[in-house]
Amino acid sequence: MMNELLKTTELGLYCAAGGFYVDPRQPVERAVVTHAHTDHARWGCRHYLAAKTSEHLLRMRMNPDAEFQFLEYAESLTIGGVEISFHPAGHMLGSAQVRLEHRGRVAVVSGDYKLGDDPTCASWEPIACDLFVTESTFGLPVYRWQPDELINASINQWWRESRDEGKCCVLYGYAVGKSQRLLASLDPGLGPIYTHGAVEKGVEAYRKTGVQLPATTHVGAISGKHDWRGAMVVAVPSAHGTPWMRKFGRTSTAMASGWMAVRGARRRRAVDRGFVMSDHVDWPSLLTAVKECDPELVWVTHGYSAAVARYLNENGRDARVIDNHARSETDDDDS
Amino acid sequence: MIRFCQLYHAIDSTTKTNEKVTALANYFASAPAEDAAWATYFLSGSKLRQLVPTKLLREWAAEVADIPAWLFEESYHAVGDLAETFSLVVPPGTLINDDSLTHWIEQRLVPLRTLDEVRQREAILEIWRQTPASIRLVIMKLVTGAFRVGVSKRLVTRAIAQQSGIPADVIAHRLMGDWKPTPLFYQRLVDPNVQDTIHSQPYPFCLAHPIDLARGPEGLGEPSDFVAEWKWDGIRGQLIRRAGRTFIWSRGEELMENRWPEIETAAKSLPDGTVLDGEILATLPTGEVLPFAQLQRRINRKTVGKKLLSEVPVVFQAFDLLEHAGEDIRVLPFIERRARLETVLASVEQNHLTITSIVAGNDWQDWAEVRETSREMNAEGLMLKRKDAAYDVGRVRGTWWKWKIEPYSIDAVLIYAQKGHGKRSSLYTDYTFALWDGETLVPVAKAYSGLDDKEISQVDRFVRQNTKDSFGPVRSVTPTLVMEIAFEGLQRSTRHKSGIATRFPRIIRWRHDKKITDANSLQDLMALLPESQISS
Repeated sequence: MMNELLKTTELGLYCAAGGFYVDPRQPVERAVVTHAHTDHARWGCRHYLAAKTSEHLLRMRMNPDAEFQFLEYAESLTIGGVEISFHPAGHMLGSAQVRLEHRGRVAVVSGDYKLGDDPTCASWEPIACDLFVTESTFGLPVYRWQPDELINASINQWWRESRDEGKCCVLYGYAVGKSQRLLASLDPGLGPIYTHGAVEKGVEAYRKTGVQLPATTHVGAISGKHDWRGAMVVAVPSAHGTPWMRKFGRTSTAMASGWMAVRGARRRRAVDRGFVMSDHVDWPSLLTAVKECDPELVWVTHGYSAAVARYLNENGRDARVIDNHARSETDDDDS
Repeated sequence: MIRFCQLYHAIDSTTKTNEKVTALANYFASAPAEDAAWATYFLSGSKLRQLVPTKLLREWAAEVADIPAWLFEESYHAVGDLAETFSLVVPPGTLINDDSLTHWIEQRLVPLRTLDEVRQREAILEIWRQTPASIRLVIMKLVTGAFRVGVSKRLVTRAIAQQSGIPADVIAHRLMGDWKPTPLFYQRLVDPNVQDTIHSQPYPFCLAHPIDLARGPEGLGEPSDFVAEWKWDGIRGQLIRRAGRTFIWSRGEELMENRWPEIETAAKSLPDGTVLDGEILATLPTGEVLPFAQLQRRINRKTVGKKLLSEVPVVFQAFDLLEHAGEDIRVLPFIERRARLETVLASVEQNHLTITSIVAGNDWQDWAEVRETSREMNAEGLMLKRKDAAYDVGRVRGTWWKWKIEPYSIDAVLIYAQKGHGKRSSLYTDYTFALWDGETLVPVAKAYSGLDDKEISQVDRFVRQNTKDSFGPVRSVTPTLVMEIAFEGLQRSTRHKSGIATRFPRIIRWRHDKKITDANSLQDLMALLPESQISS
């Protein structure tokens, strides 16, 4: 598939005029990166260009010998006649939509994105464009997110109840992005907050970038006997059921992810609670985003691409699927 | 209704048996008898007859959600549960009051069946407007009749027993057979002073544990403490003769009336106050047991014609006596019950009422050798029963063991995948396997179980990345994965493309070590057919 600016290749979206890839799937010479999750920012590229607020996260996760270049949101750089700029995507700290303009034509690669406010990152903005590339991780009408206040209240309610039963809460979210959003949603008045090592590294990068988060203690910094009752531990999902968990004594476990909207997924995770909190667009907001950007052409990727493209086509938009690689709920870095 | 929904979600969100029983017991302690009766009814597996055709429900849901029908179906495949799809796709409603479970069922749901389509639609749309997702899920499960949550009848029995103080076996007995969910029924269920004298009422079935095939029976104890019987592949049944009437119950607690006329006739010669446990088998007058496929021809017939009666005659082969001369003798040791069973059946001369024979043997090795001949007998293996054991309720470990024969197995190639249901929804877990027929792969079996969660997610990922084509919910994948498939039986079939039907296919292991060219051929499978073995 191709238009004037971008074409789909085995290695990912390629801009021939500028000689760079956007979120390449394998190491390339020049990568323009929407955000620091490893299914978008691929390790091993020679040169990375990304939004300024993702600097600490990218430098932490990518190969140190690479060259990095960062732009403020809305600031632009021209390569080979292609004007490149980054605009907030609302997915996580530093996440951006990549806007490309060449001879008066505009393409926007939104990467992963969500609508609505998130205290840990800048909010998504609609950008008028000719080509809009959208994800579709949760692109089915079964996925409708609730307002943050409700989700946050139910998380804190669960913490309160577990604390009163003398249990330690273990809340799972992906190491970078979800975990920090979870931390921002917690009520620190309820008790002490601890973090898994992988989460704590992300927290440091967030703090360095200037995001306010409640005080946390790295679990690894606690030695000897410790009373974990009433505490909240934010951890990565892969820690569930490992010996690392034993030290916490009696626990109540929960997973925060968009997948938790469906009972089957919740039960498979074998956690006590599932909170439906996602950093991706749900069905209604995906439709809103397309409407507000009002592109001539939509490319759909990452998820329920076929369903979203067909629905858009039936509703008068030219939409096409650009890959068959559906995202699965076991992809642990994200969602 | 909120209380009942909370119970549903409490059971649904835990895998721990004790937490489930506690949630149930708390519910029964606080619910009025009429609600408790309905809750018992649904939780122990009964359901309402279809209230509204699901086809209409799907149409209305798509309409209210403002999506095309195909997108509703797509959503259903992703969710894997129809009631849950209604709860998620239709935008959430607002609960206006908390009417009781009984009110919901008797005033709002049951009357749906008699309404015309226009009124049904109005009523359903009103229900959706008045229910947030979590409550709508439970209500739609009642409406669609797919009310399954992770509890067994046994667990419900335990919870009611715990809450009421009545012994679990008494509750289990009172919950057998046909009963109506009324407040009076529930009050009697938990009343210590009620005498149980319902003629048709069966006893709860004792179930056997499988013996691990790799380890064999050596760990069970002394062979001299056991007897062995053939394990027949028929229909488990309980034959009741009381007050001049006969009742035959299936293990699924369905009263099988007029299905087995020759057995009902034979039962007339039993003395009143007799209850037999046994197996209904298709058996020729020579005593030869026919394959299950023959019996299957009679299973779903409400009435049986002359031709079928002569082609597939059945017998009730008794292996236990639960009630003797009107007395419940389940607490007696097995050999004592067996002795009485022999006496009872010796006095009735009936071709269609027989006693199972004890398979002679002095040690495990003797029985192991006999077991090897199971397939020739059309048996599934052996049953081992402790001589001193009482007749247990449900699957109690240690008294009855089933020692099945090794299943047939072949290496087959995964060619199609489809998403599963329930806990496996949204993952590709339902697979079609194929064997070589010359240069082409011919589908032979569908298998759903046998892989662990980690393997399932690996296959899921493989399917997503190697899809060649999709037909509705089914994906065809590049033939790559080879798995060993086991099955219990084989028969020729004109309905199957391969010409062969497999019984209970399941995955034994993922053969990472094999390429698709190493998979078996259709001819290899044909060679396993019983008739080919006899002729060879």
